[in-house]
Formats: sequence, C-alpha cells, structure tokens
Amino acid sequence: METPAIPVPEARSVVPASLRGLLPVLLALPVLALFQWLMSDAPFASYLLSVVGVNIILAVSLNIVNGMTGQFSIGHAGFMAVGAYISGVLSLNLKDIALSFLPVAVSDQVFFVLSLLVGGLAAALCGFLVGLPSLRLRGDYLAIVTLGFGEIIRVVVQNTDAFGRALGLSGIPQTSSPAMVYFFVFLTVLVARRITGSSHGRSLWAIREDEVAAEAMGVDTTGYKVRAFVISSFFAGIAGALFAHFVPIINPGSFTFVKSMEIVVMVVLGGLGSTTGAIVAATFLTLLPEGLRSLFTVLGAEGSLAQKVDQIRMPVYGLLLVVLMLARPQGLFGTKEIWDVLPRWIPRKRRGLA
Amino acid sequence: MSDAQVKTLGERQAFPPLLSVDGIKVHYGAIQALKGVSLTVGKGEVVALIGANGAGKTSTLRAVSGMLKPSGGRIQFNGHDTTTLKAHQLVPRGMAHAPEGRGVFPNMTVQENLELGAYLRTDTSGIQADLEKSFTLFPVLKERRKQMAGTLSGGEQQMLAIARALLSKPQLLLLDEPSLGLAPQVTEAIFRTLREVNATGVSVLLVEQNAHLALNAAHYGYVLETGEVVMAGPGKALLESAEVRRAYLGE
Repeated sequence: METPAIPVPEARSVVPASLRGLLPVLLALPVLALFQWLMSDAPFASYLLSVVGVNIILAVSLNIVNGMTGQFSIGHAGFMAVGAYISGVLSLNLKDIALSFLPVAVSDQVFFVLSLLVGGLAAALCGFLVGLPSLRLRGDYLAIVTLGFGEIIRVVVQNTDAFGRALGLSGIPQTSSPAMVYFFVFLTVLVARRITGSSHGRSLWAIREDEVAAEAMGVDTTGYKVRAFVISSFFAGIAGALFAHFVPIINPGSFTFVKSMEIVVMVVLGGLGSTTGAIVAATFLTLLPEGLRSLFTVLGAEGSLAQKVDQIRMPVYGLLLVVLMLARPQGLFGTKEIWDVLPRWIPRKRRGLA
Repeated sequence: MSDAQVKTLGERQAFPPLLSVDGIKVHYGAIQALKGVSLTVGKGEVVALIGANGAGKTSTLRAVSGMLKPSGGRIQFNGHDTTTLKAHQLVPRGMAHAPEGRGVFPNMTVQENLELGAYLRTDTSGIQADLEKSFTLFPVLKERRKQMAGTLSGGEQQMLAIARALLSKPQLLLLDEPSLGLAPQVTEAIFRTLREVNATGVSVLLVEQNAHLALNAAHYGYVLETGEVVMAGPGKALLESAEVRRAYLGE
C-alpha cells in the first residue's frame, strides 16, 4: 500500500540512508541539553514552557486528524486524560523502585519514559476502539463520538478510586523537564511532517479533499482515517503523560470539554492542515493569558482583572475566532507551512527537508 | 412491475466476458434501491445504463465498484467473484470509477490529481508515459497542469476526472453522468474522447441521463426503471425503439 504517488527526486546526501531518519533526533539532543541547562534556575519559566510544549503536542497531533484528514474530532482532552492517568498511576506504583545498576536520576528517567510510552499506547488503543466504528462512516459521527468519549473518560476518572476521583492524583514523581517535553514536541512534529510528505499524507490529503473520489482512486479510506486517528491519539496520550509529570496534581477538571475545544481552537487558528500553524497558535494561545496578566498588572489593574485572566480566557478565544473567521477563514497559514507563507528569506528547500 | 420481464431487442455483438452482474440488490435502510439488476460488460465493449432519476443507475455503478455493499446477488469481474470486495481492492484489479459530480480534488493541481489516479501503481516510468498519454487525449489539461483543479470549468473537471480514472490503467472504466451540467458541445467532445479511450481496449460502463448521446456511443444498452432492468439491446436498436423514444427522448 505504501506506494508513492509522486516520484520523489533522489536526495544527495553524505549520511547513509539508514541513518538519515535518525539524524534530526541526534541533532536535537545537544540543543535540548543546552536548553535544559539554561532553564534549570527558572522554575516558573520551565513550567510555562512545559505547558506550551504539551499544548504544541496536542495541537500538532489533533491537526493530523482535523487538519490533514479533514475529520472532526473534539475529544482530544479525553485521550490526553487517558495518557495522563495511566502513566500517572504507573509512575506512582513504580516510584519506589530503582534500577540498581543505574544512577537514581537515570533510573527515574527510564521509568518516566516507560510510563510515557504506556500512557501513549493506552490512548492509542482508545483511539483505535473509538475510531474504528465511527470512521467507517462519513460525516459528523466522529465529532459526536469523540465528544462523548471525552466526557465518558472524565466521568469514569471522577468515579474511580484508583484515579483519585474528583480530588485527582497527587504525588506523581515530577520527573519531567522542559528538555524532555520538547524532545517529544520534536518527535511529534517530526512524525507529523513525515506524514505530510509521505504517500500516507497524500492519501489523507485526498480524503480531506474528496472522500468519495479518494475511495474511487483506490485509497483505503477507513484504514487511513483510523491510522491517522490512532497516531493522533497516541501523541495526545504522550502529552497527557508529560503533563502528569510536571504539574503537582492532575484532576478531572484539567481534561474537560473546554480543554478539547482549546486544542481545536489552536488547530483552527493555525490553519487546518498546517503543522507550523498549530505550533504558532498553540504557543500564542498558551502564552496569551500570561501576557494579559502582565499587561493588566502594568496597567495597575492588579487584584481585579489580572486575577481573572483565566476566566476571561474563553471569551477572548471566542472573539479571536470570530475575528479570524472574518479576516482569514483558512487560519493563519491555511494548509501551508510557515515557510510557504512568510517571505522568501527562509529558503524553499526546507520544505523538502522537514 | 414486481416481476418485470426484460424486453430484449436485437442481437448483441459478441465480446469476451469481463464483468457480469447477477441480480444485485441494494438497500438504503428500509428503502430498496436495486431489486435485482443483472447486466454484463464485455472486454472492449461500451455499455450504457440509462434511466430516469432514482432508477438506480448510480447505485448499480457504486455496487460494481465496491463503494456500496450489495445486499444480494453476485458480481464477477475478470472471472473472479468480487461481490464483497471494496473499492480499494478493486482498483488494482483493473476497475476505475469516475464518480458522479466529477469529484476532482479541488485544492490539488491538475497534475497532482492525475498522479493520485495512479495511486496504487509503482511503475514510475509507466505512470509518466500514461500522464503524457492523457495530455494528448485532453490537451487542455496539459495547459492547466499547474492550476488548482477547483478552478477548472465543469467540462475540464470532467475531463480531469476521466483522465485521472484512466491513470489507474483500468480494464473497465465506470463513468457516472459525464454530461452532468455541461454544455452540449463539451459533452460531445467528452464522448468523442470516450470512443478514443474505448479504441485502446478499455471497456466502459456508462451511466447517463442523456439517453441519446449514451446510446449512440454504446455498443449495448440497458434501461433501468425503479431498480430493475426493463429493457436491453444494442445502442442503435434501443434508440429506435418506440418505448425508449417516448420515455427518454421526449418524443
């Protein structure tokens, strides 16, 4: 099935083909290490950056379904919750165990990554179970089902002792770090961009454009939609798992429908189908309340408006969306990427690289 | 007409068998769209399926191409039972469907649309050759190869849909209402090309409301009425039959 629809020109490179896929990861590692070192003395900045990173993962992964495939999922917070709780419970149970042949810090990180992956896989499994029946149909069924799924997960968590009910889970080891978060941001973006450039991405694009025609061309529409949905859910689970390891407490209130809509807004704002758009929008919308808070503080509205920023966030989102729909209905970048839209000082070659 | 007799006119020209549809039924919920449609298409033959709105023409085509699952009956293609196969399994077996309403990918260029037609093929040089072939067949597509398909005129979109379907290298091309919403001259141009396509050995199963054009172009034709075949015969014979003239040609 993996037949490229477009003959890809042979890229000349000094790196052997087998290692080329790993190259971006290897290049990212020292950058992240430096980043971690710079961040080590700034707890609030670390926290904020981690939240931005988690939101980027959520937006970029949702974009695979809502943007690239043209389906409409509005329950992303549900998959995030699955990842957060599964990995949170796992980490709580593994807390006192250490691998004796490794230093404690390293052993912690090993368990952390393990529980991240378990959280991601659990979310992916949920994605498969939710996606398979609803993606066989065309139309709005996925929206309804994912909406229901998100709420079901929240209610289940709220009523399960193992998940701490409404009080939430606390005491999860805080093993996450901005570097770790951004490593997974990087992986998510890499996967999303690889999908766009592959025949898999072409298939998703065809489905987005015209599902009937795509089917007539021989695209296994259900199969591709489910695969996209499972990949998206997996990263949502990873995002949730990361989140659980740097906030002091996770509770059902963090994974409501409002959170799902927040992610949808990010994807729509960035442009349905644009990975870089999702990144920019996620960063902007996450930092927006902080910016407003500082603004109100500077204006001397301390104690009143500055405290209420979190409450006025949703009306601001709504306003932003209305303005966006009027001014730029396709989102910031439409289906394109930042280097297609911004001036040409970013060389066009990068499109092929990413 | 519950137990309709198929009225057959004239002698059918002999073609080696390619597609045989045997009593297929299709239900949309409680509504039965096809009550048992049987037809055959030979290798190299052009077969037209005519009938009024809602007669079941499109449903027949969709059942044949695997986009709909028939609730009864059998479909054989190239000697294999393909009744339960889906569209993506039938395309590599040589069946191409240009769906109703053209269905081009509007935000892709003409070239990208055509390349998606070759979605399941891996022979890069063969695809290139066939691309060139479709540009000679439809020169206007060559002029517009870098243009977004959504900006083409209706006729050009129809040509693109046909060209795209042909890029999967089909033995059988299923065409749904190629004349829909097109000017008569454009329609005629498309039908002329269709004959050229057929001359290269591709069989065509054509669904049309424009009975005159379709029957003129077809070796053989079937008349569908409320989910059943009521009449069959060579294109010319159907054109001359009083019933067809009265019902579909407005005489």
